[in-house]
This record gives sequence, C-alpha cells and structure tokens, in this order.
Amino acid sequence: MIEVENLTKVYGNLTAVDRISFRVNRGEILGFLGPNGAGKTTTMRILAGYLPATSGTARIAGYDVAEQSMEVRRRVGYLPEVPPLYPDMTVEGYLDFVARLKRVPAAQRRARVEAAMELARVADRRRELIRRLSRGYRQRVGLAQAIVHDPDVLILDEPTAGLDPRQIVEVRQLIRSLAGNHTVVLSTHILPEVSMTCTRVVIINRGRVVAEDTPENLTLQLRGAERLRMLVRGPEADLRRLLQSLDGIRPVSITPVDGGQRLSVVVEMAGRSDLRPVLASRLVQNGFELYELRSERMSLEEVFVQLTTEEPVEAAGRRA
Amino acid sequence: MRATWAIYRRELGHYFVSPIAYIVGGIFLLLAGYFFNGITVFMVNAGLQASQFGQPVDVPGLIVRNFFEIMGTLTLFLVPMLTMGVFAEEKKRGTIELLMTSPIREVELVLGKFLATLTFYAVLLIPTLAYLVFLYRYSEPRPGWKLLLAGYAGVLLLAAALIALGVFLSSLTENQIVAAVLTFGVFLILWVLDIGSRDSDTGLSGLLRQLSVLRHYEDFTMGVVDLAGLVYFLSFAVFMVFLTLRSLDSMRWRGA
Repeated sequence: MIEVENLTKVYGNLTAVDRISFRVNRGEILGFLGPNGAGKTTTMRILAGYLPATSGTARIAGYDVAEQSMEVRRRVGYLPEVPPLYPDMTVEGYLDFVARLKRVPAAQRRARVEAAMELARVADRRRELIRRLSRGYRQRVGLAQAIVHDPDVLILDEPTAGLDPRQIVEVRQLIRSLAGNHTVVLSTHILPEVSMTCTRVVIINRGRVVAEDTPENLTLQLRGAERLRMLVRGPEADLRRLLQSLDGIRPVSITPVDGGQRLSVVVEMAGRSDLRPVLASRLVQNGFELYELRSERMSLEEVFVQLTTEEPVEAAGRRA
Repeated sequence: MRATWAIYRRELGHYFVSPIAYIVGGIFLLLAGYFFNGITVFMVNAGLQASQFGQPVDVPGLIVRNFFEIMGTLTLFLVPMLTMGVFAEEKKRGTIELLMTSPIREVELVLGKFLATLTFYAVLLIPTLAYLVFLYRYSEPRPGWKLLLAGYAGVLLLAAALIALGVFLSSLTENQIVAAVLTFGVFLILWVLDIGSRDSDTGLSGLLRQLSVLRHYEDFTMGVVDLAGLVYFLSFAVFMVFLTLRSLDSMRWRGA
C-alpha cells in the first residue's frame, strides 16, 4: 500500500530524512518509532503530500506522492501533530467542511460525516464549538477529520501525545479498530504504544531507519538470543558441566544466592526454539532442584534505547 | 471550483462569528457616517455662500465625490485588519497542513479566501447606501447615477487590490500583527507614490503617477470609469494572487 524508497529531505545543510526505505502492506498498522527530531514528522508530511522530498520516491496505493499528489491526497487521511481544528466551528460544521475539502460527493457527505463522528465517538458533541472541547475530544475530532473521506491510508503523527492515560487507551482502541479497512502509519516516541497498537515497527533515528520488524522479532533480533533466569539448588561445578553439554544453551552467569544455598543462573538460548521444557527435565533428571525458571524477554524499551544509543557509536567507529 | 466554494463559505462564516470583524466593521461604519455628516454640513454651507456670489455649485456631486475619497482612506485602514489573519492564522493554528494536504489546488484555496474577504467588505459597504438614498431623497439637483456607480466600482476595485495584497503579505508570516502592519505600510507607500512627482514631467515621475493607487482611485471618485484604472486594479489583484501562490509553494519547500 505504501512503498518508500530512498526518501531524503534536506533543509539547508540539515538532512532531516536520510535515504529511508520501507513498505507497509494493506491493513497493517506501522509504528514509526524514534526520539524527537528523528525525522518522523518530516517523513509523514512527505507521505501526506505537504512537503516535497529532496530525492527518493514514495508511492501510496500505486500513486507517486510527488507526481500524482492529488490522487494521493484523496486517498490519505492525515492527522498532524497538532490537530488542524478551527476553534470557531462546531464539530459537525468542521467535519462537513473537511469532507468538502476532501471532495466527498455531496450525496454521501452527510453519511460520511455521521460515520466519522460515530467512529471517533464525538457525535454527542456535534453542535459544540471546537473551542469548548477538552483535549481528548479535540484529538478525536482530529481523528474524525482524518477518516471523514474514508481514505485507504491513515497517517497519524503522535496521535496520543498530550492525552491523559484513559484517553490514550481510547484512542489506541480506535486506531486498532480502524486497521483492516485502512492502512495506518503512526508515529510515536512512547514505546509501549508500539507494542500495544502496531503490527510492525520502523525505528528511526537521525533520519535513518535503524531497525524494522514486528515488535516481538525486534526483541529477538537484537539479542540474537533469549535469556532465561533460573533458581537452582545443587553443586555448581556439576551444573556448569551439564549446561555446557546442552545444545543451544550457553551459560552466562552462575551466582550463589541465599547464603550459598541456591544458585541464580542466567543462560542464553541461541535459537528461536523454546528450550525451557528440555532444560527443566534435564536439570531434574540430574538431581538438581529447580525453584524458578523464567524468560527474560527484553522489553522494547531496552531495544529502543540500545538501538538509538549504539547508532552514533557505530557511526563514529566507521568514520575513524 | 467546488473547493473554492467550500473555502469561501468557511472563510465568510469565520468573519461573521469573529469579534475582530465586528469591531473593525463597526468602527468603519461609524467613521463613514461621521464623515458623511461632516462633509454634507460643510458642503451645504459652502454651497450657500458660493450661490450668494452668483456662482452655482453642484453641492450633491461634491458631497458624493468627497465621501468616496474618505471611503478610500477608510478602506486603507480597514482592509489590513480583515486580511491579517487570512493565512497567518492558518499557519499559527496548523490548519494550513489540512488545507495543503487536501485534494484542492492552491489557486482554489487563495481565490476562495480572497473572494470571501471581498464579500465581507462589500457587505460592510451596504449600510453606506443609506446615506446616498438620503442624499437622493432630499438633494436638488440629484447627484448623477454614474457618479455613484463609478464611486462604488472604484471603492470595490480598490478594496480588491488591497485585499489581494493583504492576503499575500499574510501568507509570508504567522504573526497577524506583522501581516497587518506590512499591509498597511506597503499600501500607504503605493497610495502616496506620486506625491513627489505631481509637478514634474520626467519619465520617472510619469511612471510613478501611473503606479500610484490614489491617482487611479481619484478618477473613479470623479465619476469616470477609466479603462486604465480598471486594468490597473485588476492586474494588481491578479499579480498579488500570483505572488500568494508562489509564497505558498515556497512554504512547502522550506517546510515552515
């Protein structure tokens, strides 16, 4: 649905977006994750047809963003970081105006405005001036504005920024309910948001794509292994020998705890297959007492910190 | 054109719910009425004195002419306040992103906004018709129809040029005050451009006379619908619309 190739945007001597490439399939929710100033907003503005790219191409539903801008704009719903609202209009009047701008045929306009208000759950305030709405309602009116012309693609820049926790949950539910019929690209700098809403993540930093995968795979990919933490009772030397004899398992550390009564063990599983049952049965067969066995899946937050802090070091190394 | 209509409707609606538009419009009408009254009293007295010396004066004609001159000056003050927010406010609010990512062409956007402001200005002129109806009812001889039509044509053309300029300058900034002051300043310069050239006959002063807004406007207040004036105001407005389009385009590239 969205194909981005070597997209670059240069402002003066600042390269905001540097040869970014990614694809989004129909019905997916792609999370665009990165710290502030990473180039998320710039990329989204290019996709929405607000900014022209310096070089590279972006295609939405087969139409080139630069060459066939009008076709693209008809098919894209865009929610900028600050919802583009007119405070002196009513919710309904505003959505009607946006529907006209988006060239919704007159015969369908009422129904589309109605549907957008229902979906975004703002219908109960339809005659209220936008100026009088709370932050959460405004954000939802912003979302209603993005879906009023039933676009194929939704581009949402930080859709939960500045909302309180309850509103965040509501907006996330709304976005998830929109996927399927719509292809969604959303940006955020909040990590839990990605694992909760997105089917795929593109991590971007300093204008470059640092990683791209499902939230689960990213965690695996980074480590190349999953860590297990165990609490075991038995002779330390025997345990070490046993662990080393097992295929696909590598001991990382064995530390005595509880005054030497038990051992706290950390091992890594090299492959993607789950060796926990094998490990457990071998330990017990060899006379060890197993008190605890748990997976230490690295949270996305750690992935993010690691990806975005390793990058400059790596770049500096390459230069040297 | 459907998009122009959508923009036009919203923009005009915005004027009718905006307190600034009401305040500015109210003051405009108050001043227009005040000056009309002053001019009438002055001209009637002057006319009486002149007729005592056996020189008949076209008092109604003079009233109309002076009234339209004052209307031109008032327009100069009024329009910057109507146009200052046209794009500056959209930029500040971020709604420009909505407009510029909608499937509408920029020319539709600019025309919608320009025509809405011109319409609001024309609506403000409607109450001034009452003064002229009054003049018609009580004056002898009655002022010529042509004088009135030329006067209103002139003041509308003047406003069209000034609004187009104001819309352009509003697209350069996101600060409404900056837009208003710029508009006022630039138009004042155009207004008095020929001041130094009135008694001179060089090529430059001829050019300056042709560029002066006041000179072209004066023709209309005297009841002359001059083709040169018509072309001047319309091409001025078209050129400003063109500059606005360039400015919006450059805004995209700069990403501001």
